[in-house]
Amino acid sequence: MKVLRPIIAVLLLIVVGGLLGMSHGTQMLAGVILPSIAFLVFIVGFIRKVLDWSKSPVPFKIPTTCGQAKSLDFIKADRFDCPDSKSDVIVRMFLEVFLFRSLFRNTKAEMHDGPKITYGPNLWLWLFGILFHYSFLTIVIRHMRLFTEPVLPGLGFLEYIDGFVQIGAPVLYQSDLIFLGCVTALFIRRLIAPQVKYISLGSDYFPLALIFAIGTTGMMMRHLFRVDVTAIKQLTLGIVTLDWTVPANIHPIFFIHVVLVSTLMMYFPFSKLMHMGGIFFSPTRNMTNDTRAVRHINPWNDPNIKPHSYAGYEDEFREFMVDADIPVDKPLPPKAEEPAEEAKED
Amino acid sequence: MYDKGKVLIGLAIFVIAALSIVGYNATMGDVDSFRTDGKPGPEKPVGHDKCVKETAYMQTSHMVLLNEWRDEVIREGKRELVETVGGEMVEKSLQNGCMGCHISKVKFCDRCHDYTNVKPYCWDCHLAPVEAPASKEAH
Repeated sequence: MKVLRPIIAVLLLIVVGGLLGMSHGTQMLAGVILPSIAFLVFIVGFIRKVLDWSKSPVPFKIPTTCGQAKSLDFIKADRFDCPDSKSDVIVRMFLEVFLFRSLFRNTKAEMHDGPKITYGPNLWLWLFGILFHYSFLTIVIRHMRLFTEPVLPGLGFLEYIDGFVQIGAPVLYQSDLIFLGCVTALFIRRLIAPQVKYISLGSDYFPLALIFAIGTTGMMMRHLFRVDVTAIKQLTLGIVTLDWTVPANIHPIFFIHVVLVSTLMMYFPFSKLMHMGGIFFSPTRNMTNDTRAVRHINPWNDPNIKPHSYAGYEDEFREFMVDADIPVDKPLPPKAEEPAEEAKED
Repeated sequence: MYDKGKVLIGLAIFVIAALSIVGYNATMGDVDSFRTDGKPGPEKPVGHDKCVKETAYMQTSHMVLLNEWRDEVIREGKRELVETVGGEMVEKSLQNGCMGCHISKVKFCDRCHDYTNVKPYCWDCHLAPVEAPASKEAH
């Protein structure tokens, strides 16, 4: 059910997109108004989420320490796995964001006869993940030909590289194949790896199914139905220049594609897809491991509550502690003084 | 708000990236040149009004037809003439067939191809006809 429901939801979206794309009257809604709203929801939702996160304090210093911390001079520190300076953290974050390093570090433990345990690299998630993200980026950038006039410089070169193998006409893009292959692999991974399947929810399957449908409808538009790109660019350019038009004779598959993409944009700020912004807010990655040099103040702390040291505690309760035979650091002052104090009070 | 400066810089990058396309069209863009009829408007041939297939098919799928022709002519030697929808006979050839009517690459092919950023590899082998270089209107 956790797998089926997201798939059914995506199928329903396809039906809705198809129905809206059938008649020219509703094409404006599906092809222009919906994506415009979706884009606004994406931007505003993204900003709101980030601002919300930025208001959440990090009470503790919790960088993951995956290597030797900075210590004595003759002990070699692992700068990027246990960064103790801002610049090292920047390098660590850079490697994380652009190369998915923490996935690259994934290892798999295996039991052998003996009994012996071995650890080896397990890079499938990293491989499919990084290929998926970069091909997605390539595809998004390639789409900018539909939103700019004259077309952004450099896009021609990108398309040339992406269609380098020159298969068919219109040429097949490698990024499309890699993209669909990886999203399929990531979906199958959730089904066949028992541990991953156990923790997978509908909100894990839904984006994968949605993105698969987006990629498939996109490729169908290019290679199967061969939609009229000139007419579509008229529509898409109209969206970004606020000159809304829907040319006649655009194939309904385009509107299915747009409804799916709009759904993705609207779903984005409220889902796990926010890891796009969230990765920068990972305290386990973006904090310096310098707790021995710099005191981390919990921003939650009430400034009116002063620190209470043991010495102060003992000063407050020394009499009772002595009464209860609890050992104290400082003995009680000589008893002779007590009557004098009492006399003062009287 | 914690790390206000960093968060605001990050958000600014996000918003600028997201809206850069709108800004590009508004400043460096040349969208207005298509406002007249909203399309790049390839120049129609004079004296011929029917192509080898219906216009709707040619608009979206001419590249498939050209690929088929290439395979038939170059690999299988099938050079027989093709009948247009209007009953004319034309050669199965880009330069001697298509460009017999569509005489200008700049004013016909390039209009839409530039508009949609399509760079067909026809001209890797074929010599493009010598024409005045694409002027601004040919975007």
